[in-house]
Amino acid sequence: MSTTPGSAPLLELRAISKRFTSRLDLAGRIAARLGAGAREQTVHALDRVDLAIAPGEVVGLVGESGCGKSTLGRIVSRILEPTEGERRWKGRPYAEYDAPSARAERLAIQMVFQDPFASLNPRMRIADVIGEAPVVHGIVASRERDEYVAGIMARVGLDAGLAKRFPHQFSGGQRSRIGIARALAVKPRFLVCDEAVAALDVSIQAQVLNLFIRLREEFGLTYLFISHDLGVVRHLSDRVVIMYLGRIVESAPTGEVFSRANHPYTRALLAEVPRLEATKRAYVPIRGEIPSPLDPPGGCHFHPRCPVALPRCKSEVPALREIAPGHHSACHLNDTP
Amino acid sequence: MADAEGTGTAAAAATGGAAAIGPWARFRAEFAESRLAMVGLALLAAIVVLGLLAPVISPQNPYDLAQLDVMDSKLAPGEESATGKTYWLGTDDQGRDMLSGILYGLRISLGVGITSTVFALAIGLFFGLLAAYFGGWTDTLVMRVVDIQLSFPAILIALVLLAVLGQGVGKIVVALVTVQWAYYARTVRSAALVERQKEYVEAARVLALGRARIVFRHLLPNCLPPLIVVATVQVAHAIALEATLSFLGLGLPITEPSLGLLISNGFQYLLSGKYWISFYPGIALLLTIMSINLVADQLRDVLNPRLRR
Repeated sequence: MSTTPGSAPLLELRAISKRFTSRLDLAGRIAARLGAGAREQTVHALDRVDLAIAPGEVVGLVGESGCGKSTLGRIVSRILEPTEGERRWKGRPYAEYDAPSARAERLAIQMVFQDPFASLNPRMRIADVIGEAPVVHGIVASRERDEYVAGIMARVGLDAGLAKRFPHQFSGGQRSRIGIARALAVKPRFLVCDEAVAALDVSIQAQVLNLFIRLREEFGLTYLFISHDLGVVRHLSDRVVIMYLGRIVESAPTGEVFSRANHPYTRALLAEVPRLEATKRAYVPIRGEIPSPLDPPGGCHFHPRCPVALPRCKSEVPALREIAPGHHSACHLNDTP
Repeated sequence: MADAEGTGTAAAAATGGAAAIGPWARFRAEFAESRLAMVGLALLAAIVVLGLLAPVISPQNPYDLAQLDVMDSKLAPGEESATGKTYWLGTDDQGRDMLSGILYGLRISLGVGITSTVFALAIGLFFGLLAAYFGGWTDTLVMRVVDIQLSFPAILIALVLLAVLGQGVGKIVVALVTVQWAYYARTVRSAALVERQKEYVEAARVLALGRARIVFRHLLPNCLPPLIVVATVQVAHAIALEATLSFLGLGLPITEPSLGLLISNGFQYLLSGKYWISFYPGIALLLTIMSINLVADQLRDVLNPRLRR
């Protein structure tokens, strides 16, 4: 998959797969041997995902819950290891940045989490939450920490006088700003934002989204913005990537996705975005539910719910192919002239 | 990840009211809400002070055999002895002043209870965190040992150990630590497993913080509340267990009686009307354990976020 032509990708994922297997314990194995229904279960969270992100780009990753978008974010930010596939940062594999001397590059990928409460240690003061990692990694000396923290708090719109407080004394919007400040404190170049505004009220959401836009310009950041909300992604992204059940089904510049969506799943998703202008419109929900990733359907994962499925969709996995410049889609319909 | 949303906002609403107060002040205010718990705390404080001051305030040193007079044995409370002394809680069969015996006994009981709890807590904490953070076969090994340990009655393990080790304060502490560490290991592990899933631990990993720092600075402080509750209850258990062992004659030497030994000494005279030899140490033991349990109950209510209003 290509990015903006001419620019080498900052981050590259190659054929990333992630499977979670529930191992049977001894009792389960004996039960299975005796013919009971217990068996090892494998969740196919990601299936050979390719993704390249150019420097300065904002990529919106969209999908229903359970489609693997959070898993992808956690693989990018090193919380999870992929089962298969390769991650590259600035053209070199992640493993090359494990050495202590490459610490700064390792810290260059940071994450902003969804839950503004659970993502902050409830027993640490804000000054510690934000200032701990920069001091540990020697970005600032410990006696200059408070000044450094105050500077970052000001950047994300927090009153530096609140640094001695605990997380529970802040509102949801303030807490997500603290989460952003914590990530910024180690001078990242790339932020993975996992549903970073999903837990906030709509009015606060807009404020935090505007903060993201401002910080991008100020710090020259690149974002992987994960969300289930197309409206949020549209506001922020240069490119939108749509995932369904562990695979990327479509990837295109934001304008293209909203005007010329190709994949039937993307079109169904777009039909569900509430709009102001449409007072009356036929509401056709996507049929059925997202299938279990324990036992994904063969061929194109979307075929059981697809309104235009062909016979070959049941058996053949469609490849992600370029259908217009910068616009990729994985659908067999594109092959039929 | 969407399921974490609801709890987050609920917790935010619950804590929103106490915006300006620190966690410690809030904890104190919530603890003081129960009058019964405050009575328990006052009683416990009094008992601890009495135990600590025993050598200063007790009329006699019950461990100094030279001060005991067999002629004074089995005097009733308030009765005047041949030498003109008055024993307000009576004397036991060796002429030991019961009041002094109880004060010294409290000292031993509390000392043994608290020491064994501290050591058991440290050992249990270490293995529990180890099991939770590393998982896999470390977890399996530690938790199977814990399961085996907890499937035997505590008193049985302690009896066997003491039969092998012999008598003495140090040995009874070893026996109590051996039977108690497993409770802490299990409690810490379950608390740490819950905390480990939370996003702040993931955040610490993305920030490339060291393993030891994540375990001890991030995980451990958040696992402490349930442990404090278990530890408080276990102090009471340890004291009761020590009393039981001493009562059975396996705990402390007869020359240094703890509360359990004092009760045991008077046991044989109970039916002959000389109730005080067992009765007063029994009351002291009861009050100690009851006051600890009152405090522990309230601690559990205050520290358990699920019970928080």
